[in-house]
Amino acid sequence: MKILVCISHVPDTTSKINFTDGDTKFDTNGVQFVINPYDEYSLTRAMWFKEKQGATVTVVNVGEASTEPTLRKCLAIGADDAIRVNTVATDGFYVAKQLAEVVKNGNYDIVLAGKESIDYNGQMVPGLIAGILDYNFVNACVGIEVDGNSATISREIDGGKEILSANLPLVIAGQKGIVEESDLRIPNMRGIMMARKKPLNVIEAVDFETKTNASSFEKPAAKSACKMINADNVAELVSLLHNEAKVI
Amino acid sequence: MSVLVFAESSEGKFKKVALEATSYGKKIAEQMGTNVVVLTINASDTSELQNYGAEKIIKVTNDKLQNFNAKAIASVIKQVANKENANVIVIDSSANGLFLAPLVAVNLDAGLASNVIEAPSNVNPFTVKRKAFSNKAFQFTEIASENKVIGLAKNSFGLVENSVSSSEEDFTPTLSDDLFTTTSTSVEKASGKVTIADADIVVSAGRGLKGPENWGMVEELAEILGAATACSKPVSDMDWRSHDEHVGQTGKQVASNLYIAIGISGAIQHLAGINASKVKVVINTDAEAPFFKAADYGIVGDAFEVVPKLIEELKKFKAQN
Ligand SMILES: Cc1cc2nc3c(=O)[nH]c(=O)nc-3n(C[C@H](O)[C@H](O)[C@H](O)COP(=O)(O)OP(=O)(O)OC[C@H]3O[C@@H](n4cnc5c(N)ncnc54)[C@H](O)[C@@H]3O)c2cc1C
Repeated sequence: MKILVCISHVPDTTSKINFTDGDTKFDTNGVQFVINPYDEYSLTRAMWFKEKQGATVTVVNVGEASTEPTLRKCLAIGADDAIRVNTVATDGFYVAKQLAEVVKNGNYDIVLAGKESIDYNGQMVPGLIAGILDYNFVNACVGIEVDGNSATISREIDGGKEILSANLPLVIAGQKGIVEESDLRIPNMRGIMMARKKPLNVIEAVDFETKTNASSFEKPAAKSACKMINADNVAELVSLLHNEAKVI
Repeated sequence: MSVLVFAESSEGKFKKVALEATSYGKKIAEQMGTNVVVLTINASDTSELQNYGAEKIIKVTNDKLQNFNAKAIASVIKQVANKENANVIVIDSSANGLFLAPLVAVNLDAGLASNVIEAPSNVNPFTVKRKAFSNKAFQFTEIASENKVIGLAKNSFGLVENSVSSSEEDFTPTLSDDLFTTTSTSVEKASGKVTIADADIVVSAGRGLKGPENWGMVEELAEILGAATACSKPVSDMDWRSHDEHVGQTGKQVASNLYIAIGISGAIQHLAGINASKVKVVINTDAEAPFFKAADYGIVGDAFEVVPKLIEELKKFKAQN
C-alpha cells in the first residue's frame, strides 16, 4: 500500500496575523510555521498503516524551499520520503493540480490530507485532487480502515456520522477522530537524525493557469468593550440579551 | 447566463443554510442583471424557496439520490448548470456542501471561493470577501475563470425575504453507475438533539467545570434556550464530553447568533473557532481571562452559582414571553 500525505506548512495556531505591502501579503515576520494540524492527524493515521499494514508513506508539500523544515519534521515523525513541488502555492486549484500530478506519477493507493488548512481555510484541495483524478473521495473523515482493495470510512455529518465504503485509490480529507489527540507524535532524537538522511525530492511545477487571486486582506474591526454584569444581577443579562442584543 | 443555487433538503425540508444560499443567489443575480435558478433534489414541497427569491426551481426526483452522494450530486449540478447556462454556482457550508463544492468546481472547471461572507463587492472582476486565517482576518478573492463556485459561510449573509412567483420544472439527470462508487452503509444521528451546525444558540463549557458530572446545568441551560451544547478542546480530549462537541480552530466552527462560554479561558485557538458568532457571553471566575476581551457581555463569577441563577431567570423570562 502506497500512501501520500499532503502537508500544508502553516502559521502556528498562536500566531498574530498581520499583512504587508498595502495589505496584499501575509506578514511572515516572527511567525513560527508548523505542520497544519489537520494534516498531522492524517499523517499520524498514515504512520499507523505503515506500522500495522506495511504501507510506505510519502509526504508532499507544494511550496518554496522555506517549507522544507516542515517536511523534515514529517520525516522525523516517520514518513519514508518527501517531495516538494517547487512553486509558490497560489490558489487551491493550482495546488490541487500539482498534487494530482504527483499522485498520478507515483501511483498512490491512498491520498491523505487534512480537511482544511488553518491559514487560508479553503477546505477544497483534497476534493479537487479527487475530482481531477476521478478518484473516490471522502471529506471530514473521522475513521478509516483498509482491507485489501477496499476501505471503510466514517465521515462527520451535521449532528452525527456516516459510514461509507469505497475501493482504492481513494482521497481522504481527515480531521480529529481519524486518530485521537493522544496518538499524535513528537519526533524523538533518533527520528530527527534519521530524517536528515531520508530523501527529500524537489520537483518542478506543471503549468496551470490560476482561477482565483487574493487581491487583499483585511483585519476584523476592533471590538467594542465587553459589558460587565454583576454576578448578583443575572436578570440584567437576560434583559440585555432580549432587549439590546435581540438574540433571545 | 444565470446563477444556480443548490438548495439542500433533509427529509423533504430545506435547511436554513439552503434558504440563506437562495437569498444570496438572488442577490448575485440582481447584481449581474440575470436570474436565479434553484436546484432541489427529492424535495416535494418547494414553496418555501419562493419567499427567498427563487425565480425558477428545478426539481430532481430520483431514488438513487436518497442518500447523499457527493459525486452523483456534483454531476447533477453540472448537468443543470449546462442546461441553464449558469456560470455562478452557490453552495452552502453544511457538511454536505463542503464535500460537494470542490467536486462541482472540477466538473465545471471553475474557480472556487469558500467561506464567503458577503455579496460580491464587485461582479467585474468578480470579487468576494471570505474568512481566512481561522477568523483572524478576511481575504478579498477575485475569481477570474468563466465559471465560478461560491461556498457561502453559514449565518453570514442571512435570510433575506423576497417573495416571488416561481416557475417549476422537473429535470431527469443522467446518472451512470460509475458515479456511485462510494456507498453509504449507515448513518448514526442523535435524534432530537440540536446540532452545533444548525443551532442559533450554542452553550459551551470548559475545564472550569471541573468534571463531566457537572454538565447537567449546561444541558439544562441549553435546553431552555433551544441551544446546542459545545465544549473546549481539553474537555473533549479528556473525554468529559464527546468529540463532536469540540469547537475551536481544530474543532467545529461556530457561527451562531449567541455563544455562551462557561469556564472557558478564551485561548486564541478556541476563539478562532467561535469568533464568527454574533453575540458572545462569558462567565468566568477570573476577571483577567482573555475571553472577556472577545466578549460582548461578561459576568465575573463562579459558574456553579451563576449558571443556576441564569437558568432560573431564563425560566421566568420564557414564562413571560
Ligand atoms: C494546535 C492547538 C490547537 C488547539 N485547538 C483548540 C481548539 O480547537 N479548541 C479549543 O478550545 N482549544 C484548542 N486548543 C487548546 C487551547 O490552547 C486551550 O488550552 C484550551 O482552549 C483551554 O480550554 P479551557 O478554556 O476549557 O481550559 P482552561 O484554559 O484551563 O480554562 C478554564 C477556565 O475556567 C475558569 N474557571 C475555573 N473555575 C471556574 C468556575 N467555577 N466558574 C467559572 N469559571 C471557572 C478559569 O478561570 C479559566 O479561565 C489548541 C491548542 C493547540 C496547541
